[in-house]
Amino acid sequence: MTVITSQAPAARGGIAGSVRDSLVVAKRNLIRMTRIPEVVLFGLIQPVMFVILFTYVFGGSIQVGGSTSASVYKNFLMAGIFAQTVTFATAGAGAGIADDMHKGLVDRFRSLPMARGAVLTGRTLADLVQTALIILVLSIVAVLVGWRIHNGVGNMFAAFGLLLLLGYAFSWIGALIGLVVRTPEAATSGGLIWLFPVTFVSNAFVSTQGMTPWLRHIAEWNPFSATVQACRKLFGNPGVSDSGAWPMQHPVWASLIWSVLIIVVFRTLAVRRYRSATS
Amino acid sequence: MPGAIYAEGLVKTFGDVRALDGVDLDVPEGTVLGLLGPNGAGKTTAVRVLTTLLRPDSGRAVVAGIDVLKRPNDVRRSIGLSGQFAAVDEYLTGRENLRMMGQLYQLSARRAKARADELLERFHLADAGDRTTKTYSGGMRRRLDLAAALVVSPPVMFMDEPTTGLDPRNRQQLWSIIQELVAGGTTLLLTTQYLEEADNLAHEIAVVDHGSVIARGTSDELKARTGGERVEVVVHEQGDIATARSVLSGFGKSGSVTGEAAVTVEQHIRRLTVPVSGGAKLLAEVIRELDARGIEIDDIGLRRPTLDDVFLSLTGHAAEDAATDADAGKNGGTGGTEGGGDGAGRGPGAAGASGEAARGGGSTPGGTRSGSQRSGARGSAQGEETAE
Repeated sequence: MTVITSQAPAARGGIAGSVRDSLVVAKRNLIRMTRIPEVVLFGLIQPVMFVILFTYVFGGSIQVGGSTSASVYKNFLMAGIFAQTVTFATAGAGAGIADDMHKGLVDRFRSLPMARGAVLTGRTLADLVQTALIILVLSIVAVLVGWRIHNGVGNMFAAFGLLLLLGYAFSWIGALIGLVVRTPEAATSGGLIWLFPVTFVSNAFVSTQGMTPWLRHIAEWNPFSATVQACRKLFGNPGVSDSGAWPMQHPVWASLIWSVLIIVVFRTLAVRRYRSATS
Repeated sequence: MPGAIYAEGLVKTFGDVRALDGVDLDVPEGTVLGLLGPNGAGKTTAVRVLTTLLRPDSGRAVVAGIDVLKRPNDVRRSIGLSGQFAAVDEYLTGRENLRMMGQLYQLSARRAKARADELLERFHLADAGDRTTKTYSGGMRRRLDLAAALVVSPPVMFMDEPTTGLDPRNRQQLWSIIQELVAGGTTLLLTTQYLEEADNLAHEIAVVDHGSVIARGTSDELKARTGGERVEVVVHEQGDIATARSVLSGFGKSGSVTGEAAVTVEQHIRRLTVPVSGGAKLLAEVIRELDARGIEIDDIGLRRPTLDDVFLSLTGHAAEDAATDADAGKNGGTGGTEGGGDGAGRGPGAAGASGEAARGGGSTPGGTRSGSQRSGARGSAQGEETAE
């Protein structure tokens, strides 16, 4: 050690530096996933279990578009399960970030000359990769139980794109929760609890038509419902709501707008929180 | 010209707690400052402010010539932080951790890779470089943590209790790494609870308590203020105290107070204490002399100042545990603080209190080295306790 002056190059400012740092952190989180494959595995088992349970337990009893056929419900359900899966995967972001804070890694990152939002962006990007993997596996399982698309591959990828965007948006909410609650245990449960009302007060598992008017109103404006409706439309699956609510009429736009809005708001809040984070 | 680390009037409150209550620091380039203090004294808070992790409520800080509050990101390029809790990713290998740090310090991927290999070699981690750090021992993790802080050879380093929880061998190893680093010109601020550690590594020590620096100086200066070495004798008979006192006064080191006044007497426990210089050899002479006068001794020992002594003499309360503050204060009265200013003039109260504290919980490794020199069963039992 004879070098007195710092060898650290000047921090690249701006977007290029931010992207690079985010990718370095994302890589770190992806390596972690390969070292703890159980986490990814459980992330896969849960939605597969939901598909099987909903299909065989509820299928046949729930009316979709005037039919109680199990096959119709199966095809109705899949968009809901996809959307639920991408949102539930976000609880991991919160737990991961809370864990980093707890272990002192966030302190270390904050003492480095790196882009401020990169630790969080890197984590959410890694989660996005995991989510994409889960969607892939889940869609294979879905086909195996009888799910079909009718509007072509292009529309299918558009639907998957919307799902990933929704998942990415929600992982910023998870990140904020992780920063606020500060312990990994609290982040795991705190990151899941709020997802139940969000995913159930929606069009994901049943049609909103049977809900009391005020609840139905909430369900139809739920960002989650917009994505589900958009996916049903793009997949050509049954049960597309003919409600007059704007997000139900323009689900693709509504889904895009909601997701971008969530990213903007929650990324801002999370990064601000991160900057003053104390473990 | 302020030093490589400079702070002025740092204040930080958390709710009702003033974690920092006007801290001033000035560490000249290439030197080591040891921040010495008990848990909760504000050491870590000070480090967090200086490393841009925490904004102070008021005050000013300059690190490597850069204003910490105005240009935090420039400061981050010039510092390395090694924490109390080894902050490395346990699911990454040592090599992956270092490469990531390098890249986040804005080195190119190639440069970061080369640097990681270099550091693994230097910190004796080359063989373990491709294992996840989860499998590392505590000492290895601490070395990796330190290596991570050194990726860009920052001119200013902060180490928050670098050896807390390490066994003596690993502590020694880390110390030599730190010494090597400092020999290379790095400016270092180190926090520790161990006087011995500050003693070994720091050019200057700042004693922190309740969020402010209550004393500063070299290790020798602080020890001198605490009273330096002293001989403690417990005589068997109350009636021998006067004779023993006159014997001991002959051994007292010359200072502002000489003669019998230099000898502290605690009548109720028949203990006499006198500041000395001369170590173990002197102790043997004292024993001979007392023996020649037919004085029966229950316990005799040579005591060197420990962190507790430094604390007691400076603050009037023990370093180890805030909960014992009140007790120490009661035993010692307010004599502690007064005694601290003048080594030879320690009041009886202060000596009593320091004795209690050392017995209760010496936090310094190998603090009371004289333990084995004590005679009598009770004495050696105490020695074992305090040495722990």
